[in-house]
Amino acid sequence: MKNLLEIKDLKVTFPTDDGFVHAVDGVSISVAPGETVAIVGESGSGKTVTSLSVIGLHNRRVTQISGSIIVNDKNESLDIVSAPLDKIRSYRGRVVSMIFQDPMSSLHPYYRIGSQLAEAYLVHNPGQKEAANKKAVEMLELVGIPEPQVRAKEYPHQFSGGMRQRVMIAMALMNDPAVLIADEPTTALDVTVQAQILQLLKDLQKKLNMGILLITHDLGVVAQVADRVSVMYAGRIVEQGNVDDIFYSPHAPYTLGLLKSVPRIGAKSSERLKAIPGQPPSLINLPTGCAFAPRCEYISLAPSGSCESLKPELLGSNSEHKSRCHVPEDKRDKTFAAEIKGARA
Amino acid sequence: MSTPLLSVRNLQKYFPTSRNVGFRKEKLQVKAVDGISFDLMKGETLGLVGESGCGKTTAGRTILKLIEPTAGEIVFDGKDITKLRPGLMTPLRAQMQIIFQDPFSALNPRQTVGKIIAAPFEIQKVTPEGGVKKEVAALMERVGLNPEHYNRYPHEFSGGQRQRIGIARAIALKPKLIVADEPVSALDVSIQAQVINLIDDLQKADGISIVFIAHDLSVVQHISDRVAVMYLGKIMEIAKTEDLFTAPHHPYTTALLSAVPQPDPRSERTRERIILKGDLPSPINPPAGCVFNTRCWKAQDICRSKTPELLTVGKSQVACHFPE
Repeated sequence: MKNLLEIKDLKVTFPTDDGFVHAVDGVSISVAPGETVAIVGESGSGKTVTSLSVIGLHNRRVTQISGSIIVNDKNESLDIVSAPLDKIRSYRGRVVSMIFQDPMSSLHPYYRIGSQLAEAYLVHNPGQKEAANKKAVEMLELVGIPEPQVRAKEYPHQFSGGMRQRVMIAMALMNDPAVLIADEPTTALDVTVQAQILQLLKDLQKKLNMGILLITHDLGVVAQVADRVSVMYAGRIVEQGNVDDIFYSPHAPYTLGLLKSVPRIGAKSSERLKAIPGQPPSLINLPTGCAFAPRCEYISLAPSGSCESLKPELLGSNSEHKSRCHVPEDKRDKTFAAEIKGARA
Repeated sequence: MSTPLLSVRNLQKYFPTSRNVGFRKEKLQVKAVDGISFDLMKGETLGLVGESGCGKTTAGRTILKLIEPTAGEIVFDGKDITKLRPGLMTPLRAQMQIIFQDPFSALNPRQTVGKIIAAPFEIQKVTPEGGVKKEVAALMERVGLNPEHYNRYPHEFSGGQRQRIGIARAIALKPKLIVADEPVSALDVSIQAQVINLIDDLQKADGISIVFIAHDLSVVQHISDRVAVMYLGKIMEIAKTEDLFTAPHHPYTTALLSAVPQPDPRSERTRERIILKGDLPSPINPPAGCVFNTRCWKAQDICRSKTPELLTVGKSQVACHFPE
């Protein structure tokens, strides 16, 4: 099937007082209908900048952006990177929509929930006020808000955090988008509410056959909902593959490090956590070689000097599962698989 | 069995609030902590878990008397501190410290790290052996900071490093008790593990007792000896970590454990999940009877009328009319 979203070699750079930040450096990701693709990474890894670029919400005046972000609608397609702003606006919310992390600050406190939802519809269907209001109530019902008629007339402060996130999802779905970008949609929520929202997203995806691009730092959430995963570190994808490959046979030392460092329910608690030493590098002053090299414990397995001097390419013997690492793949396969088994036991 | 370091009995903290009814003001109370009891042994870590608004942070601060309790009893090291005046609390504060959640707002941006970590010595008017500066450098070294950064300001450090500064400050006076209020929830996964290991090591070395407040069950399981699950100001279940995680008795504990997604896609695909309906009720007007009855799938008439007491079920203590 044709991909709904195709990001190719995306590079995003913007200036700060301290110099240029290379937030995204050569990212390629695709999303097919009905599929959930997760971008995992820690703060500053470039995952949010990637997601903002996809709906053209980067600061166009100062940001340098290259590569392509092709969005395929039913019979037309658009490259967000090169398209003019008015064209992007006609896509935003209608073809590609977004849910933001913080449901507390993403709704306008002065306007009724119903009219905020209707606005999203009116932007693309000017003048059709009645249809917009009807759709708003419909969507509130779809996301599981009881008494949607009544609730549509209320203000955001009358909603709990979980309910507000449901409203955000309803708003994003007002125009039946083909692709939904969810940027840390459950990070601000409690676990029991998170479980509700993740279930809701899954159900809606099945019903509407949407493609979802999920941005998160939570490996548990990824394991629960993602089909394919891209792991980002310092602006680059360090590993890409389907969810089982990433969790059960990781090929990038960073992915392995992440998986080993999370405490697991049911694991023996007497053991120390296997933390990744050091800190992520500054995106202004990236190391010349592999960005993870200063924290990596497998450098000795790679050809000497390569990790410090050469940026590794995103490669893999299997085109569905690629990683960036100078250590030969067969060597990684053996050592990493054994270690990940140890972490799970 | 030895006497506990900290003994909390029936602790309550109600915050006054009001609501406009016509032209009248109606006085109300937020029952943030509503009658919790537990003991903490020397060198033990008690995990306090629950969702936002369950009163875990208020509980932690009330134990340290950073907030005055409404009712109940706090006995610390054999001394009843419940009614102690602030002036008389000060010398005791050397024994009890806190690590805050947000490493960005817990440190004064205008003070150097050296001064921040030295603050406990200054307040308690203690001069450590070899002088304050030497001791601060040693503390920095101990928590994994470079002592050469003594004169730097908090903004020059990353989140994980700032949390280390907060930890250095908390252990400066070698306290007997530390309340750690969500110490790792603001940190990235790879850094989180470093800080958890650090807290673990310091505790083992110094025999500190820790009340570890967190919403992340995986972290709590890793670090705690015992765990208390809170919901709407009350303890629902308290048990040894292993017992609580392998055989939860309270439906809320079961639901909470089931809601946590684990980094294991195969089991996530097949696992049955209990998804609770609705949200946390308001602590101003908590449900009658068992506070969990509005979201519980086992609720019967008795749950809506009679508050269950914390009773022993198996190896755990559970407040439920129909424990598993």
